[in-house]
Amino acid sequence: MNKKLITILAGVAVAAMATGCSNEATSSTASEQSSTGNPSVTEESKASEVSSTGEESVVTEELSGTLSMNGSTSMEKVIKAVNGAFMEKYKDVTVNLNLTGSGTGIQEASEGKCDIGNSSRKLKDEEAEKLEATVVGLDGIALVVNPVNKLEDITIEDLAKVYSGEITNWKDLGGDDKAIVVIGREDGSGTRDGFESIVMGDKEPQYAQELESTGSVINAVATTDGAIGYASLANVDETVKALKVDGVEATEENVKSGAYAVQRPFICATLKDSDNKLVKAYLDFILSDEGQALVAAQGAVPVK
Amino acid sequence: MAKTNDAAVIAVGVTDNHKSAIRSKKTGLTNLSERIMKYIFTVCGITAVACVLMITIYMIISGAPAIGKIGIIDFLFGDTWYAKKEQFGILPLILTSFFGTFGAIVLGVPIGLLTAVFLSELAPKAVRNFVKPAVELLAGIPSVIYGLLGANLVKPLMYRIEEIIYANDPGHQFTGGANLASAIVVLAIMILPTIINISENALNSVPNDYREASCGLGATKIQTIFKVVIPAAKSGIASGVVLGVGRAIGEAMAIILVAGNSANMPELFSSVKFLTTGVVAEFPYSSGLHREALFAVGLVLFVFIMIINLILNGTLKKGGKKEKTAKRAGKA
Repeated sequence: MNKKLITILAGVAVAAMATGCSNEATSSTASEQSSTGNPSVTEESKASEVSSTGEESVVTEELSGTLSMNGSTSMEKVIKAVNGAFMEKYKDVTVNLNLTGSGTGIQEASEGKCDIGNSSRKLKDEEAEKLEATVVGLDGIALVVNPVNKLEDITIEDLAKVYSGEITNWKDLGGDDKAIVVIGREDGSGTRDGFESIVMGDKEPQYAQELESTGSVINAVATTDGAIGYASLANVDETVKALKVDGVEATEENVKSGAYAVQRPFICATLKDSDNKLVKAYLDFILSDEGQALVAAQGAVPVK
Repeated sequence: MAKTNDAAVIAVGVTDNHKSAIRSKKTGLTNLSERIMKYIFTVCGITAVACVLMITIYMIISGAPAIGKIGIIDFLFGDTWYAKKEQFGILPLILTSFFGTFGAIVLGVPIGLLTAVFLSELAPKAVRNFVKPAVELLAGIPSVIYGLLGANLVKPLMYRIEEIIYANDPGHQFTGGANLASAIVVLAIMILPTIINISENALNSVPNDYREASCGLGATKIQTIFKVVIPAAKSGIASGVVLGVGRAIGEAMAIILVAGNSANMPELFSSVKFLTTGVVAEFPYSSGLHREALFAVGLVLFVFIMIINLILNGTLKKGGKKEKTAKRAGKA
């Protein structure tokens, strides 16, 4: 009798644990869904509209509601840092962030499913018809080689050939007679996506090493004579050498001026005819000195 | 029903005299605490079983849909893994895991077995007292440390070897030492302690009579070891090897830093992606079908580990039987 009871109790406990797990899973996806599915602002206090007469500080105090955004994984660090500070400033505002890629972010923003679509690539013409693109930061991708490498400069075309396996020796580029070890990031990485979209065109990349972090790439390039790799500009240190691309040095200034070619914009895409106050406040914030400092702190190049 | 059971539990390991003494002391209170303890033990036992069950169910639920969507043939036997183009064939990953593990065994078993023989049969006590703890310590080193050492020591070495071997082969894609060969070396070192410890125990449990009889018949010490002791301990050694296989096939952190992680068909000096490293490297950025496919890769790995465990149980059972007969023979 007792034994049976125990078995039943244990069975119930196990079942409860199992359902607990699945419940949690569904509820978390549900909350993610709801954040994208929400019609932009759920609630805005009327007081703010009444008192929004001039003084900005008064307005900031009374912003409230939910801001939903979706998009690029490359922008994750930047956006999360800004979101944290934004919610700190406007206590009644909640920002929901989804990271499903630039394409989805742009699509959802243009369909009004989310308020801001984050994109780490330029908008296409048809996307730009409906959406306003606000560039909030720039991401420079440096091409790094081992310090013993004599090469200083590389063209975009040669880069594509190196990464597609057409050029396999540094001597073909004017360097030493040394095989090229092609290092990059893993499939799905934002840096890889950015690099390939800028450099590769329709060529297929042929990697010798696909590493799971920027740090691993830097380390591998630093310990391998013949290596070439790419990494966000902010992560480049003295253990590796950054190549000039088409004669332009990889520096923050050159990224900002647009002279350095291997770069991409971080964009917050919003509907053109939107009068959403939260969106405006958010864009103002991210472009403010405070917001741009946060952007820079996360390794992107600020636009202002 | 419960009461007879209690008695049976207590009866284990006590003589008849003690049993009656305990029974007479069994007042209401002790009886209660005995029963509570029994329930606690039962719950603990059920927790372990529940975990295994839940993991199994979870892996099947989250891994099976992707296999269904991709098609089991395309998934298991497709030769291209390229997530960006939604090509999810894991044959290169399976073969890499297979050959990587196989290579580690080929490299690790002879070294491990001979070390075990040395420790158990030949080493002077002072040496043994030094080497044995060192081997045990090797087992406790976190795998990521093996990976770091592999990345900074094995990889550059392999790079040099690669440069010599492929010096005049422009068709070869240079991996900078991040290749299957490096991964095999790291894995072989990692499974050494498992093989050494278990083989040594097996060798130690071979009855001394065997050695004495062999030497008495005029065999030398080395002949005795290879013709008598090792064959007598072979089921124990086999389980050491199987455990080593299990460790090697499930390892991710140590090899992700040295394997190169491109999903190529396995060749010693090509960049390769294991089942484990594929999941670790791609999971954080994956979404949609890609993520589901990674769960399916996990499921495949899970099935492999299950098969290895079944084999292990088989060898252990066989070994158990043999040892019993050996002991009986020894007594007679």
